Amino acid sequence: MSHQGPDRAPARVRVTSPWTERPRLRPRATATSEIDAQSAVGEIYLRTLLRAQLRLALSILVVLVITVGMLPLLFALVPSLTSHHLLGMPVSWGMLAFGCYPVLLFLAWRYVRLAERNERAFARVVERS
Amino acid sequence: MSSNALGLAAVLLVTVATLAIGTWGLRFSRTTSDFFVASRSVHPGLNASAISGEYLSAASFLGIAGLVLSFGAEMLWYPVGWTAGYLVLLVLVAAPLRRSGAYTLPDFAEARLESRTVRTLASVMVVAIGWLYVMPQLQGAGVALRTATGLPGWAGGLVVAVVVLLNVLSGGMRSITFVQAFQYWLKLTALLLPLVFLVVVWLGDGGRSPADPSLFVGGESGTAWADPVDFAGGHPLYSTYSLMVATFLGTMGLPHVVVRFYTNPDGRAARQTTVAVLGLLGLFYVLPPVYAALGRLYAPDLVGTTGADGVVLELPSRMIGGTGGDLLTALLTAGAFAAFLATSSGLTVAVAGVITQDVMSKRVEGVTAFRLSAVVAVVVPFLLALVARDVAVATVVGLAFAMAAATFCPLLLLGIWWRGLTDAGAISGLFVGGALTGGAVVDNLLVDRDGGWFAALVSQPAAWAVPLAFATMVAVSRLTPHRLPAHTSRFMVRLHTPETVQLDRG
Repeated sequence: MSHQGPDRAPARVRVTSPWTERPRLRPRATATSEIDAQSAVGEIYLRTLLRAQLRLALSILVVLVITVGMLPLLFALVPSLTSHHLLGMPVSWGMLAFGCYPVLLFLAWRYVRLAERNERAFARVVERS
Repeated sequence: MSSNALGLAAVLLVTVATLAIGTWGLRFSRTTSDFFVASRSVHPGLNASAISGEYLSAASFLGIAGLVLSFGAEMLWYPVGWTAGYLVLLVLVAAPLRRSGAYTLPDFAEARLESRTVRTLASVMVVAIGWLYVMPQLQGAGVALRTATGLPGWAGGLVVAVVVLLNVLSGGMRSITFVQAFQYWLKLTALLLPLVFLVVVWLGDGGRSPADPSLFVGGESGTAWADPVDFAGGHPLYSTYSLMVATFLGTMGLPHVVVRFYTNPDGRAARQTTVAVLGLLGLFYVLPPVYAALGRLYAPDLVGTTGADGVVLELPSRMIGGTGGDLLTALLTAGAFAAFLATSSGLTVAVAGVITQDVMSKRVEGVTAFRLSAVVAVVVPFLLALVARDVAVATVVGLAFAMAAATFCPLLLLGIWWRGLTDAGAISGLFVGGALTGGAVVDNLLVDRDGGWFAALVSQPAAWAVPLAFATMVAVSRLTPHRLPAHTSRFMVRLHTPETVQLDRG
């Protein structure tokens, strides 16, 4: 860009009054250009997406903690879960060996749906403007 | 003798099938990118099978059943934690990690923080965790081969080491993907099919509950055995929660897990792959506890011995016997070997990738460097397996998880979600987490402690080491705001925005 061959004519420069050109020099700012320019507005777009995704992730993790994460405490406080049998095995055993996996899978499925919804919303806002 | 011959034949068959699929996959491996990340074009379904195949290690196939048999239901937290770790990985890391566009964890660290020092430290941690994880796989292979064929303990490790090397050397990541996908389904079949027969036998014998309060095995009643918070150390709640922290947060930091995410085409595919992995893991993990429960009835002499790791392989001959039992044992042996091979291969690729990029590539060219690194990546843990104290497979794997949770988990979470992370913060956090858990690992491998708070803290270090590592990373980053990388915002755009939106991603 900086150095051009000696056989080339110097690049043409338009010299015009700054007042007449001003409206044309500023193309309409789009959301993508704001983000690319790392302007304050672009930061807001990005921060909105980031916060939505983080809030979603944390809410899924909170559910994980109060379902699977509370099981040790529950088993320690309610020993009758182990002494009582259901379907031929102690209730606590059934919850731990078989019951946890459907909960985990459901949470994962739910997360992916909501995360993709957040991303679609972001894409819509950014591309429409 | 015939059962030994069948066992050997099974090991041979898995080995041949693995090498054959690896060679077949080689037809698609042409470039360095193929070797490292299968050129990032693996379909979510295939990728999920491969990830699960790689993840279900000796600790899952043999170790869980052995631990549950010996120590009771509290060991069920291992498989639950190993699966929940993928959920945590999915919601916090999966898509951004893929979008970061880096090959390995050190690549991510360097791209995010623009620091060679962070990169070097991360590479050291990847290699340490990788070796710590491969070592018990090779030990477990020894146990399995001894049970199935009567060969000495080191032979199984040697077989696995050689086959992994041949496979990695020939095809790299691309062919490994096919091999591991095959190995998931082999492992599931190998565990499910014999179990059907075993349960039928058990029902025919009257179907006595292994948790029957009047059933005493090794001096432990059925009720005590079935109690899910009853750790031997005397601090059951602490140990359980510390194990949860290690497994929930450690999964995202395992080198072979992370490397797999780069083989997804984009962030969305990374998420879909992870959900499928959760399903496949859940399907698998309901099986080993049933083996443990049957083992309590039919193999009570194994309880509390080092042979407990072999309970899965012992049951068919004890419950069914004859040729049928031998055939089922052979099938289980095949599955166990698939487990050793898959996990060891994945870790070898991951560790070799890091050694290639940070040590070898300065001296040797592309694929040759990768092959040399693979040799180093296998030989060291093989030697370690020969000298280490005989510790249960799942215990060592649990320590590898704790180490990953105390080092890469803070690095990934803060790197992805917090703009304030600096290179100085990352370095001190990695150092603190690595040193604390590393010390605990060395202590566990060398000293046999029993009882007391100190033993509980050292054998499950995650609950205190992980918060300390996080705190260090945040505090030092806060103290060094002038070291913030200049392009943090651009990198955040790359991590979090969907690929469909046209943006400047740096």
